[in-house]
Amino acid sequence: MPENSERPEELLRRADELTPKERMAIPRQPMPERPAEERRRDQSEVPLGFDELHAVIEACRCLECKSKPCVQGCPVGVDIPAFIRLIRQGDFEGAIAKIRECNCLPAVTGRVCPQEEQCQLHCTLAKARKDPEQAVSIGRLERFVADWERGRERPTPETKPSPTGKRVAIVGSGPAGLSAAGDLVRMGHEVTVFEAFHKFGGVLVYGIPEFRLPKEIVDDEVGRLVELGVRFEANVVVGQTVTIDELLEEEGFDAVFLGTGAGLPLFLGVPGEELIGVYSANEYLTRANLMRAYEFPKVDTPIVRAGRVAVVGGGNVAMDAARTALRLGAQEVTLVYRRSRTEMPARAEEIHHAEEEGVQFLLLANPVAILGDETGRVRALRCVRMELGEPDASGRRRPVAVPGSEFDLPAELVIVAIGNGPNPLATSTTPDLKTDSRGRIVVDPATGKTSKRGVFAGGDVVLGAATVILAMGEGRKAARAIDRFLATGEW
Amino acid sequence: MNAVRNRRQLADNIVQLEVEAPRIARRRKPGQFVIVRVRDGGERIPLTIADADASVGTITLVVQVVGKTTGLLAELDVGEAIADVAGPLGRPTHIENVGTVAAVAGGIGVAPLFPIAQALKEAGNRVLGVLGARSASLVVWEDRLRSVSDRFIVTTDDGSYGRPGRVTEALSDLLMEEKVGQVVAIGPPIMMKAVAELTRPLGIPTLVSLNPIMVDGTGMCGGCRGLVGGQNRFVCVDGPEFDGHQVDFDNMMARLSAYREYEAVSLQAAAAHRFGEEGCRLAEEARRAREQ
Ligand SMILES: Cc1cc2nc3c(=O)[nH]c(=O)nc-3n(C[C@H](O)[C@H](O)[C@H](O)COP(=O)(O)OP(=O)(O)OC[C@H]3O[C@@H](n4cnc5c(N)ncnc54)[C@H](O)[C@@H]3O)c2cc1C
Ligand code: FES
Repeated sequence: MPENSERPEELLRRADELTPKERMAIPRQPMPERPAEERRRDQSEVPLGFDELHAVIEACRCLECKSKPCVQGCPVGVDIPAFIRLIRQGDFEGAIAKIRECNCLPAVTGRVCPQEEQCQLHCTLAKARKDPEQAVSIGRLERFVADWERGRERPTPETKPSPTGKRVAIVGSGPAGLSAAGDLVRMGHEVTVFEAFHKFGGVLVYGIPEFRLPKEIVDDEVGRLVELGVRFEANVVVGQTVTIDELLEEEGFDAVFLGTGAGLPLFLGVPGEELIGVYSANEYLTRANLMRAYEFPKVDTPIVRAGRVAVVGGGNVAMDAARTALRLGAQEVTLVYRRSRTEMPARAEEIHHAEEEGVQFLLLANPVAILGDETGRVRALRCVRMELGEPDASGRRRPVAVPGSEFDLPAELVIVAIGNGPNPLATSTTPDLKTDSRGRIVVDPATGKTSKRGVFAGGDVVLGAATVILAMGEGRKAARAIDRFLATGEW
Repeated sequence: MNAVRNRRQLADNIVQLEVEAPRIARRRKPGQFVIVRVRDGGERIPLTIADADASVGTITLVVQVVGKTTGLLAELDVGEAIADVAGPLGRPTHIENVGTVAAVAGGIGVAPLFPIAQALKEAGNRVLGVLGARSASLVVWEDRLRSVSDRFIVTTDDGSYGRPGRVTEALSDLLMEEKVGQVVAIGPPIMMKAVAELTRPLGIPTLVSLNPIMVDGTGMCGGCRGLVGGQNRFVCVDGPEFDGHQVDFDNMMARLSAYREYEAVSLQAAAAHRFGEEGCRLAEEARRAREQ
C-alpha cells in the first residue's frame, strides 16, 4: 500500500476528516531513541517518547473499528480506541483520565508492558496491513499522555470520599499492592502499605533498571497515593516484624491484601554457584537499581565490575541484567539461553535494544558448571550445546543436551536469571493460608480471596513471576472484593 | 528513622548503641538480626540484636568498626538516627535443655552469643562461658556473659588479660573436664572453624552463627548463600545458625572478601570527601604502604 506522504501539519489540520483509507496509509510514527553507542554506558532512559505532533499523527492511524479487538487484548480492559481518539482531538487531559479509569500506572505500563503480545497483537490496522509491526503504537501513545500529565501541575486533588471507618493493610508495594491501595483509599477505607524494603515500588524500583523505567515515575505514583491519604510504612517484613494474624487481631485491620511478589531467586544447581562473581539477577539488579551501585563510591553499595559477563536466561530479567552489565563497564556480555530466539520470553523491544547495544546471544546452550580460580573467583562458564526436541507442557519444544558438546565461555561475572518463585516469608508464618506446590498462594480467581478469612492476595505471589499489568489488574480486582467484604462482612 | 537513645564506647573501635525500634524490640528472639541502612545512599548490612527492651522499645546493637558503614554507625551520637532498621530477621535459636552447654564467643561475637547463652541458662542448662579476644582492650561484655555462666573463662591471644591463648584451648580443657551436650560458638569465621574442628571428632553438636554479606535479609537475593552440607543455603532465612560440622568455612571466608578492593575505594572516597585533597593524599599513601 502506498504510504501517505502528506506533510504532518497538513495531516493534523484534517485529523478529524481523514477517511479510513487515508488513516491506513499513514506510516507508523517513529519514536526517537538515544543511539546505542551513546546510551550503552549510562543509566538515562533509552526511548525518548513521542512529541505532541508525532503522538497526534500516530493517533490518526487508529481505524476506530467497531469490534475493538485491542481492548480484549488488554488485561485490564482499557478503552483504547476512546483514549486514542481523545489524543487525536488534542484532549490529552481527557485521554489520560480515560486510561486511568482502568489503569493506575500508565507511565509505567506504557514503558514495560509487552504490548506486541497484548493489545497491539489484535490491532485491526496490523491485520489490514498484514504486518504486526504496523499496529497502532498503543503503548507509546499511553506513555505519551502519561508523561504529558506528569509534566504539569497536578490537577486539584480529587474530592475525598466519606470515610468508611474500615482499615486495610496492604503487604508489599509492587504494582499489585499500589493499585489495590489506590482503589481502596478512593472507596473511603483507611489504607496502610507495609513494605520490607526501605523504598516503595517492588520490582519497579529494585528490579527494572533506571534506563527502562526512571525511578522518579514510581516515586511520583507513590506520592499521588500519599496525597490521597495512603500511609506507607517501610522496613516492615510481614511474617517477621509482625504476622498477618497480628495485623488482623492486634493492630485492628479489617482486611489484609498480600502483594508480596515473586522474590525468591532460582539458582542453576550446578557446581560452582558459590564462587565469588556469581549473582542471582535479583541481587545484581537490586545492588544496581535499589542501592544505586552504579554510582559507587558516591554511594556505599559495591557491585562486582568485570570485563566479561555471562548472563543465563532469556526473559526481561536476563535482558535487564545484561544491559546493566554493559552500563557497568563490561567489554563483552554474553546471554546464554537454552532454547532458540523465538522462545525467548522477553519483550521484543528489550531483545532488540540489548542486541543493538552489543549483547551477544549464545542460543541453544545450557550451563553445566561454573569454574573458578584458586582465589575462589569465577573464570568461566562451562556450557553444553542443546537441540530442540518434542514440545513440552508449555507447548515450547523441549531443549535436550547434545552429548559431548561441552565448551567453556570465559567470564569473570555470571548472572543467573532463570526465574523466581514466591517468597515464603509472609505465608510460612500463617499456617491457615493455603499455597500450592510451587509456593503460590491459592485464591478464588474472581475475587482474590485466600483460604483465610479477611485475607486477599494478588500479583506475582498468586500468578508466579508474571507482568506488571497483570499484577495491577489483580490488585484492582481484589480491591473490589475487599470493599464488598468490608461492607457486608460476608466471606 | 530510628533514633539512637544511648551510646557507649566499649573499646577503641567497638560501640554499643541502643536504638529505637519498638516493633522489633517486642518480637525479637535470641539468634535474630536486623538489616540497617545508616543514611540515604548507605549500604544495607546485617547486625545481630544483642539485647532489647520491649518496655521502652529499643534494641541493642554492638558494632565493631571494620569498614565504611560500621564507621558511620560508630560516629552516631545520641539523638541522631539510623535511616532504616528492618527485622527481626532470621530464625531464632532453637533453645532446649541438653544438660551442659559451652557458649564460646570470639571478640564481639559475644554480642549475638549473650542472648542465646541467657536463653539456654533460663531453659535450665548448665552454661560454660568462654570469651576470647586478641588482647585485653578488646574484651567486651565480659560481665554479661559471666552473669549467665556457671563456669566462665576469659582468654586473650597475647596474654594481656585472663588465660593466655585461644578459646579453643580453654574449650578443649573444659570438654575434658565436663560432659558437654552442645557447643554454641560465635565469632570470626576462623575461630568458629577451629571450634568446629575441635568438636567434630568428639561428636559434640556445635552450633555456629554465620555473618555473610547481605542485601535484603529476606531471602530475595541469595547473596548471603553459603555451602552447608554441600548445599547452597540462604543464611538470612535458613539461618543464621547452622550445624558447624556441615559449614564450608573456607568458602564463606572467600565470599566475605568479595568486595575487599571495593571497600578500600569506598574508604578512600570517604576520606577524600572529608579531608579534601589532604585526606586523599593520605589515603593514597596508606594504600601504597599496604601494597608494599
Ligand atoms: C528485572 C525484572 C524485569 C521485569 N520486566 C518486566 C517488564 O518489562 N514488563 C512487565 O510487565 N513485567 C516485568 N517484570 C515482572 C513484573 O515486574 C512483576 O510481574 C510485577 O512487578 C509483580 O508485581 P507484584 O506487585 O505482584 O510484586 P512485586 O513487584 O514483586 O512487589 C512485591 C513487594 O512486596 C515486598 N514484600 C515481599 N515480601 C514481603 C513481606 N513479607 N513483608 C513486606 N513486604 C514484602 C517486596 O519487597 C516487594 O517490594 C519484570 C520483573 C523483573 C524482576
Ligand atoms: S540477604 Fe538476600 S537472600 Fe539473604
